[in-house]
Amino acid sequence: MIEIKMPSLSPTMTSGSIVKWFVKEGDSVLTGDVLAEIETDKATMELESIEEGKVKNILIKEGEKDIPVGTVLAVVDDGNFINKKIETNKSFTENIDIKLMQDIKTSDNNITVREAIRDAMAEEMRLDDTIFIMGEEVAEYQGAYKVTQGLLEEFGDKRVIDTPITEQGFAGLGVGAAFGGLKPIIEFMTFNFAMQAIDQIINSAAKTLYMSGGQMGCPIVFRGPNGAASRVAAQHSQCFASWYAHCPGLKVVAPWSASDAKGLLKSSIRNPNPVIFLENELLYGQSFETTIDNETIPLGQGNLIKSGNDVTIVAFSIMVGKALSASKVLLGQNIDSEIIDLRTIKPLDINLIIDSVKKTNKLIICEEGFPFSGISSEIISQVQEKAFDWLDAPISRVTGLDVPLPYAENLEKMALPQVEDIVEAALSICNRLGN
Amino acid sequence: MRKPFSKEKTKVPLKRKSPGRPIKKLNNNLLNKNQLIELYKQMLLIRRFEEKAGQLYGMGTIAGFCHLYIGQEAVVVGMQSVCEPGDSVITSYRDHGHMLACGMDPKGVMAELTGREGGYSKGKGGSMHMFSREKNFYGGHGIVGAQVPIGVGLAFSHRYKEDGFVCMTYLGDGAVNQGQVYESFNMSALWKLPVVFIIENNKYGMGTSVTRASAGRSLAERGKAYGIPGTEVDGMNVLSVRQAGKEALDYTRKGKGPYILEMKTYRYRGHSMSDPAKYRTRSEVDAVRKQKDSIESLKEILQENNIKDDHLKDIDGKIKLIVSEASEFAEQSSLPDKEELMTDIYL
Repeated sequence: MIEIKMPSLSPTMTSGSIVKWFVKEGDSVLTGDVLAEIETDKATMELESIEEGKVKNILIKEGEKDIPVGTVLAVVDDGNFINKKIETNKSFTENIDIKLMQDIKTSDNNITVREAIRDAMAEEMRLDDTIFIMGEEVAEYQGAYKVTQGLLEEFGDKRVIDTPITEQGFAGLGVGAAFGGLKPIIEFMTFNFAMQAIDQIINSAAKTLYMSGGQMGCPIVFRGPNGAASRVAAQHSQCFASWYAHCPGLKVVAPWSASDAKGLLKSSIRNPNPVIFLENELLYGQSFETTIDNETIPLGQGNLIKSGNDVTIVAFSIMVGKALSASKVLLGQNIDSEIIDLRTIKPLDINLIIDSVKKTNKLIICEEGFPFSGISSEIISQVQEKAFDWLDAPISRVTGLDVPLPYAENLEKMALPQVEDIVEAALSICNRLGN
Repeated sequence: MRKPFSKEKTKVPLKRKSPGRPIKKLNNNLLNKNQLIELYKQMLLIRRFEEKAGQLYGMGTIAGFCHLYIGQEAVVVGMQSVCEPGDSVITSYRDHGHMLACGMDPKGVMAELTGREGGYSKGKGGSMHMFSREKNFYGGHGIVGAQVPIGVGLAFSHRYKEDGFVCMTYLGDGAVNQGQVYESFNMSALWKLPVVFIIENNKYGMGTSVTRASAGRSLAERGKAYGIPGTEVDGMNVLSVRQAGKEALDYTRKGKGPYILEMKTYRYRGHSMSDPAKYRTRSEVDAVRKQKDSIESLKEILQENNIKDDHLKDIDGKIKLIVSEASEFAEQSSLPDKEELMTDIYL
């Protein structure tokens, strides 16, 4: 007996859906025959039989969604006896990571970050026909991470354009198109590949307005996933927030929630400046309740997402979720934390942080990126300049380690800032003060 | 249409002393006298402007990097003379000639060189970074080769807007070995974008001769792998440049995609003002000046076309006046206001 299980088909896939079964119980199958079509977080893929045999049971019906990786989908009788009891399919939702479930609320207004980004682009493209999207696999493939799904169908190949793998070239092309009166959205498959294009982003997009005495604005959005994904090692895992935030002429946005992703991307597209829009692959599949529709969120405004009196925790992008988890743990220790989501890195909403520090007198900054010259370093500098007298303790930061991101599961986890690290930092800062 | 990758050079004699040559043969564009005079004026303006810029640099009035175009005038004047007014232009940092050929005001260009508020970028860009939306001049780019994908992006915008215009993308022989140039060739050919790549081969990328830097037979062939036709052109002869430019523009304006023109030209001055030019002999420079100078060649044609010396002297005087007025303006214009320091960073 062969158990056909939900396979893991991408580094970030935790579950999949059965789109279609191509076999039914009793059918004979050969090695390589397509058994089913499975939809992952990135694509719709075919599941092939790995052995010859007869389909004995189909345990998960067509159309079932969010089946965890490893769940037995079907059993194929290959003539060999298997000394394992085949369980009928229990409620598979039991197996789903509890943490993931917490993020999935049951409102009609739930959308994923992935959908939010797609909707933002589609809504803006409907309003302004000078907007186009260009990048690798954005059109026919529907996006390497399915973020541009459906855009080709709606807007056609004039406005949704697949490029060759040529980052420096199409980043420069986008800049030229922006100079020429269009509003390009340039998708990098991930921001790791934007390093090939960073000269065009900084020297051409960011500086030309100044160098032209204000004549030559560059309304362009460079967007794509940023930061560590999952087990893809050093060249594909790093946060570029501080790289871009360092340069005058660029705006840098890094949303956490779906609403923010949507509202901020709409603002970024409308903004007349070059905007670096940093997404996060691990957030793409997360659902959030959206509160906005067709609305923009201004760049440069942070969001106080939880009030508290004991310590301020500042975070952006994926670290916001970790800060919220830490704050729940801290509540159990009688520490009431205040959580600020920066949302925009540049311009930085420093006043929101200062106001919070004046209330809590303690500050922790969370950042997935490397510690040296990071966003947290900048915030620490500004807070000590502007609110030194309000601080009761040295400012603490929780960041990635100063090391290329390792592949091994345990080492990767150690290198990235975790919920426990935030909890520990908060306990340390509060306990030393006798809270 | 000239055959792609043809090694054949345009047959216009370059030697200065060749009396009795029929004008019609030389003047294969069949320009009238006034049109020939206009080309002459423009080339002379660039020459005199650049000579003045060199002087101002020597006096310390112009600082930083300053790359003079002297010797290459026929390329940009010839090409721009066959453009349409809506065609866009982009080039590298050796850009003063291009701006003048696009019709930008010499005063504004010179005042930018001196870093004054009257400059095209209010003194904040300098020699390498000037722009004029009005004249469709998109810079002025200081990073070798970076203007090439941007030029392809301008061509993309022409196609997107269906305005029928072409982007004239100039690059030097030093830029042709940058990877992004080939990324640009590929995309422009793939999508048949309206762009003409004009490679100004002045024989030296800074101090390295093209033969020490570039493999292959000809820079005109660098687009061969992408199916982009290329032609070598005598870039010291403004009429050859015009002829080749017309053919290239005709090709790309018809929607057939990009075209490469390799302009064989020469810069008389160093790469920048601080270049001691030890990589070539004085006799090499003198030989080109004496035998191939684009302005002298055209002057000869004008003389053969019965333009009187007095008329030419008159032109010379008017050009000198324009340049001296530009330099006066550039020296008298104020330094930018302190308030300008932190403006124009964001819109």
